[in-house]
Amino acid sequence: MSKYYLNYLDELESEAIYILREVWAQFDNPVILFSGGKDSILVTHLAKKAFYPARIPFALLHVDTGHNFPETIEFRDNLVKELGVKLIVGSVQESINKGRVVEERGKNATRNALQIITLLDTIEEQKIDCAIGGGRRDEEKARAKERFFSHRNDFGEWDPKNQRPELWNLLNGKHFEGEHFRAFPISNWTEMDVWNYIKRENIQIPSLYIAHEREVVWRSNSWIPVSEFLKIEEGEKVEKKMIRFRTLGDITITGGIESEADTLGKIVEEVSAMRKTERGDRSDDKRSETAMEDRKKQGYF
Amino acid sequence: MEINNNQLLRFTTAGSVDDGKSTLIGRLLYDSKSIFEDQLESVSATSAKKGHDGVDLALFTDGLKDEREQGITIDVAYRYFTTPKRKFIIADTPGHIQYTRNMVTGASTANAAVILIDARHGVIEQTKRHSFIASLLNIPHLIVCINKMDLVDYSEDKFNDIIARFEEFSSKLLMKDLRFIPISALDGDNVVNRSNNMEWYQGGTLLNILETIHISSDINKIDARFPVQTVLRPQSEEHRDYRGYAGRVASGIYRVGDEVAVLPSGFTSKIKSINAGENEVEEAYAPMSISMALEDDIDVSRGDMIVRKNNQPEPTQEFDVMLCWLNDEAARPRAKYTIMHTSNEQRAMIQEVIYKIDINTYDRIIDEKELNMNDISRVKIRCTRPLMTDSYRDNRNTGSVILIDEMTNETVAAGMIV
Repeated sequence: MSKYYLNYLDELESEAIYILREVWAQFDNPVILFSGGKDSILVTHLAKKAFYPARIPFALLHVDTGHNFPETIEFRDNLVKELGVKLIVGSVQESINKGRVVEERGKNATRNALQIITLLDTIEEQKIDCAIGGGRRDEEKARAKERFFSHRNDFGEWDPKNQRPELWNLLNGKHFEGEHFRAFPISNWTEMDVWNYIKRENIQIPSLYIAHEREVVWRSNSWIPVSEFLKIEEGEKVEKKMIRFRTLGDITITGGIESEADTLGKIVEEVSAMRKTERGDRSDDKRSETAMEDRKKQGYF
Repeated sequence: MEINNNQLLRFTTAGSVDDGKSTLIGRLLYDSKSIFEDQLESVSATSAKKGHDGVDLALFTDGLKDEREQGITIDVAYRYFTTPKRKFIIADTPGHIQYTRNMVTGASTANAAVILIDARHGVIEQTKRHSFIASLLNIPHLIVCINKMDLVDYSEDKFNDIIARFEEFSSKLLMKDLRFIPISALDGDNVVNRSNNMEWYQGGTLLNILETIHISSDINKIDARFPVQTVLRPQSEEHRDYRGYAGRVASGIYRVGDEVAVLPSGFTSKIKSINAGENEVEEAYAPMSISMALEDDIDVSRGDMIVRKNNQPEPTQEFDVMLCWLNDEAARPRAKYTIMHTSNEQRAMIQEVIYKIDINTYDRIIDEKELNMNDISRVKIRCTRPLMTDSYRDNRNTGSVILIDEMTNETVAAGMIV
């Protein structure tokens, strides 16, 4: 075989860099949606490569539910300092205080859906015309339909039945004032690809992804971390377990798995043997068959 | 899994619900062990609720709410699986006539197309349509799966019959690499595992073929084309004088020291350095994303193309395109559109509809001039300024364009330069 071909990780990397550069070329005020999770860390890492030796030309936008893992915030602040980029924080607490949203009630109340309003408000206030996300098509069936450049109308809504066709590598980011785009440079990566790449590039990730001892309760088939925001129900028992997280989100709904994987190598091994999807431990997706689709249509990540 | 040098293969699947396309994809995912427990549980539960025996494999590809309700696929959906030999991306496209645009979309980046034929019905209009699009989009490898062999008693005669019928009409099309496989997606014969019911078939299984077809030479390695996406100018102390031209190599190979020309200005220079991320490299080839610095201080910006001095594309202002119309709104006569070609953007006008193609018979229709959704036609396009083009047959990246409606910003047509 000729030596002039790329292996699959290099090809995915090249595709993502191409998309990030198109975003920069076609939009006036693009940002990276930064959650502190591995996918948005990966996108940030790829942006660093795409513009080297220049600085990343995007600000990071963090939609802060107020229900954070302290480790996530620490990681975020260190990364922002290291890269010398601007950080924009959209605060769900502020949206609540301003009366833009009302806190959910009940046992499984979360601030997950409230983020949509905070995100869209921030996009509008900051005049952001493209928000780059770490969404992947393998995550969920609604996400499987996403374009690289995904149009949002002036209400921030996604119309999956009426998307612009995306051919070859020609990306159409044209939009009217008030509309915006979401760009998904790692659309074609799977969870396994992400971990293999993180390992290969030795990318720093929050310690939460690595097995550690933590106080947790068993709820909806996963280990929910004990925090000041968690209401322990009757019959629930706080236990100490070696766990790690496969995805990171709002601390009240992100379930961990029992694991001994305390290095990147062991995580890659564990993920490749995994028989459950990573969002299987996210209670936000379990609410209904179309939970993600419904939220995405309204403007979710 | 170790980090390895496995390649990525993108393929598209075409066929209607009745051909068993969803079942085939479900079978590929299931037998290659790409289905997770929670997905299996959810699909098993739905299968039981619908009264199916066992697991309905087609449900693995179920998508949006409307699609589940109507049992159809509305839009291209992408699926992923990996084997020890390759990573695969499936562009799962709907087979209904009104969704030609989706198949064109899915086919535009594919290395291979898998076309399904129901063994009981043989070659039908849809087969001809799918084959035409695969050929029009210049997909390098075409794999025809003759499905539901279990319903025709695994008959070799039936299989050969269908091949003969297929070759009869496809002789009018340009196909580089064409293969036929008898399968049963429902039972799994010749999809991932070899069939015990068709010993007369000596070829590989579908997965085996997908894992082994030679794709390294699908990309044009001869004509070096580098469309500039953006210019990198770091404002830091350390790299004060650096000016890098960032882009993705569309085709060919570039080496440090190569004599290059910048189009359309025509200024020449030499490649001073090539960067892939933080690393300096000696050479770059398609489809690498790189940045390139030149020896001389010349004016280069987005939309320009850096090529070898002695191998240049044609600057063309007026050219013929095979055009697929993708929008509900018909083309407006002599209307202006934005044309996107590599990183370049101009205004363009459809000057003339030369002919339309009946994609069922491949006949040319010369007396119809209106372009409606899903129409494929040969048109003459005129741009405000020249584009640096190659023919689509020679180069998929520099031979393709899209048209954008300036009123709606929608992508209304896809074109392949003749």
